[in-house]
Amino acid sequence: MSIAATTARQVTLATGKSKDRTPVSLAFLVALWFSLFFGVVVLLALIINTAIDGSGRFDIELLTNYVSVVRPEATGFRAGILGSLWLMGFTALMAVPLGIAAALYLEEFADPTTRWNRFVEVNLQNLAAVPAIVYGLLAVAIMALLGFRDTGIVLGGALALALLILPVIIITTREAVRAVPREIREGSLALGATVWQTTWRQTLPSAIPGIATGTILGLSRAIGEAAPLVVVGLAGSLLFDPEGVMSSVTALPMQIYSLTSNSREALREAASAAIIVLLAMVLGLNALAIFIRNKFQRSW
Amino acid sequence: MSTNATAGPTGPSSGTGLSAAVDLSPKSRPGERVITTVLQLSAYASIAITFGIIAALIDPVFDFFAEVPFGEFFSFDGRYAVLPLVTATLMVTVIALLVAVPLGLGAALYLSEYASRRARKILKPTVELLAGVPSVVYGFFALTFVTPTLLQEILALEVGFTNALAAGLVLGVMIIPTIASLAEDAFSAVPHAMRQGSLAMGANRMQTSLRVVFPAALSGVAAAVVLGMSRAIGETMIVTLAAGSLKQFSLDPRDGMQTMTGFMATTAGGENPVGSIAYNNLFAVGMLLFVITLVLNLVSISFVRRFRQVY
Repeated sequence: MSIAATTARQVTLATGKSKDRTPVSLAFLVALWFSLFFGVVVLLALIINTAIDGSGRFDIELLTNYVSVVRPEATGFRAGILGSLWLMGFTALMAVPLGIAAALYLEEFADPTTRWNRFVEVNLQNLAAVPAIVYGLLAVAIMALLGFRDTGIVLGGALALALLILPVIIITTREAVRAVPREIREGSLALGATVWQTTWRQTLPSAIPGIATGTILGLSRAIGEAAPLVVVGLAGSLLFDPEGVMSSVTALPMQIYSLTSNSREALREAASAAIIVLLAMVLGLNALAIFIRNKFQRSW
Repeated sequence: MSTNATAGPTGPSSGTGLSAAVDLSPKSRPGERVITTVLQLSAYASIAITFGIIAALIDPVFDFFAEVPFGEFFSFDGRYAVLPLVTATLMVTVIALLVAVPLGLGAALYLSEYASRRARKILKPTVELLAGVPSVVYGFFALTFVTPTLLQEILALEVGFTNALAAGLVLGVMIIPTIASLAEDAFSAVPHAMRQGSLAMGANRMQTSLRVVFPAALSGVAAAVVLGMSRAIGETMIVTLAAGSLKQFSLDPRDGMQTMTGFMATTAGGENPVGSIAYNNLFAVGMLLFVITLVLNLVSISFVRRFRQVY
């Protein structure tokens, strides 16, 4: 498909371009350029504006101190950064194995009748578009069902985030597994391997780059998400580090959320600096995902 | 899908054990059976999340309607009225779509009709980066830059500290990639023979894009717009921060107004004891939100299936 598409595209370019110079079509092209770069310009404006607002606070105290109302100019986001890392770890621990296992079953083992497949497909696509805040409500209900009395703990937050990114991980893993050519499986099966041996030793290793890309993108979405955490009852500010799955926790986006409505200038400035830290984490993960995709992705 | 034919529906141990020359019956592999069962359970658990959401919401919703009559929930005023939240959500969503639909479709047309392969490889992740920015960051931007600097200073509009306009504009930027990437899929799925036919008749690329590719991909465009709408309705932090927490019915985008998700975040962040009416109200609004987005998602998915079937 892709090779045919490229050759066809080259033919298209060769014939269409010469007539593109009328004023109307040039204006159209400019409009398309504008729509392409509008978002990027907004993103740049956002980063520059926030960086200027928070420029006074790029110091080590921003990372090592707790939020301080007494000395707002030395406030820091230690609890939020560590909290986000804890949440991230447990989210990955819950969502990644479950997501990969589910995707492998659906692609390699499940009954391939179209009706079932269609149901699964629609179900997963819908789950990927369910509002994040609804996953917070689901996590609250599950935690209550399991008998946890405390709200705002690591386990509850990680559960909400894991539910949120699970469909994304399943969908990207299925795509990665589906892209592995059938011949590889047939070769393995013909040598006498079982379906599981084929999946574990041939299909899964070949699909790892795609799976890693999808997983990292899912985690980068989870690290920035605040809505389900609000519902689960995470605190906006804490003065201690998380110590275990049952420990109360806050997250960087939660701290930013709670400080935006604060009237004190120094705290708003600190929130701007914290946004840059959060953006660095998220964009760093995105860059890593793109790097893995470009470097390791094989096309057969 | 094609791999399933080799895997076979009969289970892991029976499909492939035919290589033995003497004993043709498959070797029993209890370990593999355990693994398959675990995989199967994970798959079913993930698919069951949809039903889990409904189950989680239904109990508090019943409790809520036991105390608050249906008519009081679906009304414009009163403590538990939901319609002002719905109209505020629609207001913000419409503003967001006014921004995101033209820009998203424009970006998609450029990527699929004009960009070279190499350019697309760089430009596509750049556009998708916009969806990766955390929504709380967009909310902060709307509150500290769009409202005071852009709307009040540069455009000299009399807007409140929180207002639907700023929230909608920023939300629109956030959903550009959602619309652009689905629409680009649809444009790319249009067969090249159709473009070549158009070009052979002497049309240039603009005419081909607008009169051939765009109409041919209309169901995909519709899917993209509906999915963008669903995203906009469900987005929380931007509207919580920038549209405000005043529940009111207003058709003026310069006013602050609380949306459904904004209400949910504010209520959940407040001190409502579990089981109280105010707490259950949260689940009732959540259920309504889930149903609205479910319907929109299903519509979008069926549009996608249509363009996949045609080409």
